[in-house]
Amino acid sequence: MEMLLSGNEAFARGVYEHGGEFASAYPGTPSTEILETLARQCKADVYCEWSINEKVALEVAVGASWGGARSIAAMKHVGVNVAADPLMTLAYTGVGAGLILVSADDPSLHSSQNEQDNRFYGKFASIPVLEPADSQESLDMVKDAFEISEKFDTPVLFRVTTRIAHSKGLVKIGERRTVEHAGFEKNIAKYVMMPVFAIVRHRMVIERLEALKRFAETTPLNAVEMGDTKVGVISGSVAYQYAKEVLPGASFLKLGLGFPLPMNKIMDFASKVDRLIVVEELEPFYEEQILAAGIPCEGKKFFSNFMELNVERVREGFIAAGALPKSSALPKQAQENVLPRPPALCPGCPHRGLMMALKKCGVNITGDIGCYTLSALPPLETIDTCLCMGASINHAFGIEKAKKTKKKTVAVIGDSTFLHSGITGLANVVYNRGTQTTIIVDNRITAMTGGQDHPGTSRTLMGEKTHAIDLVELVKALGVEHVRTVDPFKQEETIAVLKEEIAREAPSVVITTKPCVLFPSKLKAVTKFHVIAEKCTACGACFRIGCPAISASSEKNEKGRAKSQIDLELCTGCTLCFQVCPEEAIQELKK
Amino acid sequence: MKDGTTNVLIVGVGGQGVLLASEILCEVAKVMGLDAKKSEVHGMSQRGGVVTSHVRFGKKVHSPLIEEGAADVILAFEIAEGLRWVHYLRPGGTLIASDQRIVPPIATTGKFAYPEKVEETIKARVPKTKVVNAFEIGKRLGNTRLVNTILLGVLSREIDLEESKWLQVIERMAPKGTGEINKKAFTEGRAAK
Repeated sequence: MEMLLSGNEAFARGVYEHGGEFASAYPGTPSTEILETLARQCKADVYCEWSINEKVALEVAVGASWGGARSIAAMKHVGVNVAADPLMTLAYTGVGAGLILVSADDPSLHSSQNEQDNRFYGKFASIPVLEPADSQESLDMVKDAFEISEKFDTPVLFRVTTRIAHSKGLVKIGERRTVEHAGFEKNIAKYVMMPVFAIVRHRMVIERLEALKRFAETTPLNAVEMGDTKVGVISGSVAYQYAKEVLPGASFLKLGLGFPLPMNKIMDFASKVDRLIVVEELEPFYEEQILAAGIPCEGKKFFSNFMELNVERVREGFIAAGALPKSSALPKQAQENVLPRPPALCPGCPHRGLMMALKKCGVNITGDIGCYTLSALPPLETIDTCLCMGASINHAFGIEKAKKTKKKTVAVIGDSTFLHSGITGLANVVYNRGTQTTIIVDNRITAMTGGQDHPGTSRTLMGEKTHAIDLVELVKALGVEHVRTVDPFKQEETIAVLKEEIAREAPSVVITTKPCVLFPSKLKAVTKFHVIAEKCTACGACFRIGCPAISASSEKNEKGRAKSQIDLELCTGCTLCFQVCPEEAIQELKK
Repeated sequence: MKDGTTNVLIVGVGGQGVLLASEILCEVAKVMGLDAKKSEVHGMSQRGGVVTSHVRFGKKVHSPLIEEGAADVILAFEIAEGLRWVHYLRPGGTLIASDQRIVPPIATTGKFAYPEKVEETIKARVPKTKVVNAFEIGKRLGNTRLVNTILLGVLSREIDLEESKWLQVIERMAPKGTGEINKKAFTEGRAAK
């Protein structure tokens, strides 16, 4: 049977079909749908969990693999940084049953803070990297990945990009086949990485890489498609599809195993073509290795390492390389200048209330990874920093300790992010006698990635009820004596609490208590608000809270400025605009 | 439709149902026995941002993305979004737009304005432009959520996929209990001038 599946859905199907029994992840675009799909469709056969962070996700999958279950851990590219500690030594210990680490990279940073190329982790850790080029390969290569993992006693890095993970294509699906593995068996030389054993394993890693190189030469994952020999193209992942689209008649060496490279095969391919051109997204990962092996090739001078490739960029590259005539370019048409639509906090978002209140406090605000980062943009313009998961608390601490900044600095972090990697930072604040205020915007969900559960929500990914971490008690246990909760929709109260805690010369935590407006369910039976046009003076106060439900009306004041109007379809009745309107022009809509 | 591949770019604003529409289009191509791919980016863009979905179908499809200047049809759920992506259309291509306007909150800052005379600008550039009052048709049928299906009906006139296959897929993919009304919406769209 054929189905239209995204790369993520196809990969999940592959895990099911090829005997996967354990899957863990921390949500992160563009990887999130892997575990969502597995949990929705395969949880009777595959155990699924949202782990508290990526390091834990990889480590539990390692345990499951050592314990005899074919396992996968999935994360976005920057998540692999969090999991890099176990990964680098996991390369030494190797696996039990097959183990796949999915890295979902995000060239063009559609939903990320950088566009790092995680193929380098494969080279860094001396582990094989598989790179599917479409949805069908995302399914099929799961089989290869598990088999390589078991044959060579190595974790396999399964590297996809946004265009592979989120594009859909037709996929032939099959039945589930399981493979029997024994449970955990004591073997300290393999599993206890103290120096005496680890040094021996490092030699194994070096030998394994040589064996993988030999494997790379013969595996059908790396396929030669001979065509016109004027140009030989080496490519992999989605870049292969773009190159194939633009230069269908050329000779291709398509790499499915992106590391280690099949250098003999590449040399042989190079000898059969007039020139060798490498088309790869992001860094010159293949190109540098091929050049280092003494094989002349060209690549990045035609295909930039900046942002994702696409058909037009690959065509331009081949034209610049002289592989295509200039006349092959499609006629360029002018782009129209249409106003931007930057992502905004949703109508009814509890973060809006907190940010409005913080704006009144005159502080620097170190931020974290989550929807609240959107309030760095106009009109709220509150968040001042965003680097990586869990960093906000530590940045505020460092700025305060540096003692060069007059304004006080507070940290804002979401509930899921706090549990991911904020707890350690807060313990550090208490231990090292910081005095900052940390604000946990607890909306009871991992919101930005589409609403996933976490250890504070009382539900597992398998759909079971479970313990919910009590953030107030947790924070108190870390030694924070001043912990307050606020309803961010009550502006006066929120501002008062924040000012009091910011002024305090002791570490404090303020926790907002309102759930995400999208999850777990929309607010019910709300009283909506509307604008009384005669009272509205077009002062713009409600515009400045950045609510998508509020827009400029066609009615103008005497100076020609637009009055406001509220879209009743979007209004959730959160009352924030009502609270900022100085004219009482915003009122409850009587039913 | 060079090389036998048809390229349809569906554009709109987060929450309008662009992704479901492109899913249906791909399914119809699949039922016709064609290869099909589609690509879009989700994540931050859901929060009221610009949404585009590239749909390609034909004998064999490589790239999931449409090359700039190669779209056979642009289907815009919001008219200014049609204008934003007009440079993706191939010469002689068709642009279909719902006349719906969604003004983003950023317009209230005064730094950006919703473009004026959108329809005229598009028509000046694209001779084959069809602006449809899909919202009105939806209202007449009793549900403005039918806009997507109505627009797919308009689209179906411009591309080479069988009507019966469209109806079959719409019936299967429509929310439970709405198969008939969605098929009616499709037919109305297909008949729209």
